[in-house]
Amino acid sequence: MAQEQTFSSVHIGQQSGGSIFERIWWNIHDTLVITRRNLTYYTRLPQLLVFSTIQPVMFLLLFTYVFGGAIQTPGGEYINYLLPGILIQTVMFGGTQTTIGLAEDLSKGLIDRFRSLPMGRAAVLAGRTVADSIRNLFVVILMTSVGYIIGFEFQNGLLNALVAVAVLILFGHAMSWIFATIGMLVKDPETAQVAGFIWVFPLIFASSIFVPTTTMPDALRTFAENQPVSVVANVVRDLTLGTSTGDFWLALVWITTIWLVFAPVAVWQYRRAAS
Amino acid sequence: MTDTIVVEDVYKAYGDVNALNGVSLSVREGKIFGLLGPNGAGKTTLVRILTTLLKPDAGRVEVAGIDVLKDSMALRRVIGLAGQYPAVDEQLTGRENLVMVGQLYHFSRSEAKSRAQDLLKRFSLTDAADRPVKTYSGGMRRRLDLAASIVARPKVLFLDEPTTGLDPRTRMEAWEFIRELVRDGATLLLTTQYLEEADALTGFITVIDEGRVIAEGTPDELKSRLGSDVLELRVSRDINLKRVESLLQPIGKDMPQIDLQSGDISIAVNDGTRSLLDAVRILDGEGISIEDIGLRRPTLDDVFLSITGK
Repeated sequence: MAQEQTFSSVHIGQQSGGSIFERIWWNIHDTLVITRRNLTYYTRLPQLLVFSTIQPVMFLLLFTYVFGGAIQTPGGEYINYLLPGILIQTVMFGGTQTTIGLAEDLSKGLIDRFRSLPMGRAAVLAGRTVADSIRNLFVVILMTSVGYIIGFEFQNGLLNALVAVAVLILFGHAMSWIFATIGMLVKDPETAQVAGFIWVFPLIFASSIFVPTTTMPDALRTFAENQPVSVVANVVRDLTLGTSTGDFWLALVWITTIWLVFAPVAVWQYRRAAS
Repeated sequence: MTDTIVVEDVYKAYGDVNALNGVSLSVREGKIFGLLGPNGAGKTTLVRILTTLLKPDAGRVEVAGIDVLKDSMALRRVIGLAGQYPAVDEQLTGRENLVMVGQLYHFSRSEAKSRAQDLLKRFSLTDAADRPVKTYSGGMRRRLDLAASIVARPKVLFLDEPTTGLDPRTRMEAWEFIRELVRDGATLLLTTQYLEEADALTGFITVIDEGRVIAEGTPDELKSRLGSDVLELRVSRDINLKRVESLLQPIGKDMPQIDLQSGDISIAVNDGTRSLLDAVRILDGEGISIEDIGLRRPTLDDVFLSITGK
C-alpha cells in the first residue's frame, strides 16, 4: 500500500508518465533537448563545422574541375551528374561523426548519466539523428548554392527538386541510425574513427555517385548498381535532372528497411549500454 | 526511520566472473552510507544496479520504496547519480549542462534555468558558468558533476568514488560539497577506496570484497572491533630504551615497538585510557621524564588491511 502511494505521488510530482500522448510528448521534448545539445557542438568545435561544410565543398570543386573534364557522363555537363551524387557522399561522411560522438559520450560516462535520468529511452539517439538531419539540410542547401555558382541547374522543376532534397534527408536520417548503432557497439572514440568510416568507402566509391557504373567489371557492377547508395543516388539524380535511371519506390523501400532495422537495434544497444 | 535502500541477496556475473556474490545491505533514510572496498570488489556493479543501469541476475533491490526491476522509470525520477568520472558535456558550458539535465528531468526551461543558477552558486561555479566545460579543472568538473546529480533534489543520491583522481586539497574541498549534498535531507550512498574518506563522511560503512559483504558498522565500531588503540610516547634521549621497553611490556598486548632512529615507542593496548595512565605512573615512578605521550585510534586502513588480508 505504502509503496503504491509513493509511486503515484512521484508521478504527479514530476509531471511525466501518464497517458500515451503525454509520453509521446515527453519523448519528443527529450529528443529536442538532445538535438539542441548536439547542434551546439557546431558552434563550439570549428573543426566540426569545417568538416561538415568546407570539406564537402572542396570535394565538389575537386571532382568538378580535376576529374570532371575526363569523365564522360550521359546528358551533358558533369556538374549536373555529380552534384546529386556528391550530396549523398556528404550525408554519409557527415554520419561518421555520429559514430564518433556517441562512442565519446559512452566512454565519458555521459550515456550512463542520460540512462539514469527519467528521459525517453530513444531520445539520446533520436536527438543525435535529428541533429544530423538538420546539419544535412544545411549542407545540402550550401552545396547546391555553390553548385549553382559553378554551373549546376535543377532541370526538373521546383517540386521535384524539393522531393529530391526530402529523399536525401530521409536517406541520411536512416543511415544515421546505422552510424549510431556502430557508435554504441565500438564504445571507444579511437576505434569509432575507423569503424565509422571503413564500411562507408566501398558504398560510396563502388556506386553511381561519381561515375556511371557501365564501365565497371561485371561483379563490381552488379554490386554497385544494386546497393542502396546507388539506388538512392539514381533516384535523386532522376528527380533533379528529369532522367529515369532509378526506381523511386525501391529507394523508399531501402530507406524504410534501414530505418526499421537499425533504429530498434541502436535503441536496444543503448538500453543495455555499459561504458 | 525506514530503510531507503534495501538490497537482498543480489548476484551478478559477467561471464565467468562473479561481480556480486549474494550481497545484502540496507540504508536508513537521511544517512550517509559508505560502501568500501578495493578495486574490483563489486562497488560499481552494485551502484549500477541500484541506479537502473544494470539488471541483477538474482535478488531483490528496492530504492525509496520502488522496486528497481519493476518500475525503473519511476525510480529514475527520485535518484541522482555521479559516476566515477565526471559525466558532463565538455563542449557545453557549465550552465548549459545543468539546464539540459533539468530539462531532461522534465522541469520547464525557466525552472531548469533557476535551478542551474542556484547550483552554480552553491558549488562556487558562478564565475565559470558560461565557459565550456573543457576549460574547467578536474575539481571544477567534479563539482559540476555533483551539481548535476542533485538538479532534481533526489531522495537518494549515489556517488561512485566521487573523489577519485583529485589531488588531496581538491578532495577535502569535494568533501565539503558532498556534505552539502545531504543538507536537504537526501540519503547518500557513497563508494570509495579511501578509508579516510569513508571515515570523514559516512555514518555507517559496509566493506565488500570479491562481491561479498565482509564487515559492516559505524567507523568507530569497525575500528574498535578490529583494531586496538596504540599508545605512542617519547622519552628523553639519555634514557636506555631497553629499560623503558621492559617497564612498559606488562601494559601492552604485544611487545612495545621501538623506532631506534627517532626513539619513538609504540604499544598496542586494549584499554587505551587506562594504559595511558599506567604508562605515565610507571615511568614517573622510575624518574623517567616523558617528552611526549599520546593515544592513537587505529585508522580504517589498519582495519581494512586486517579484514581483507591484503
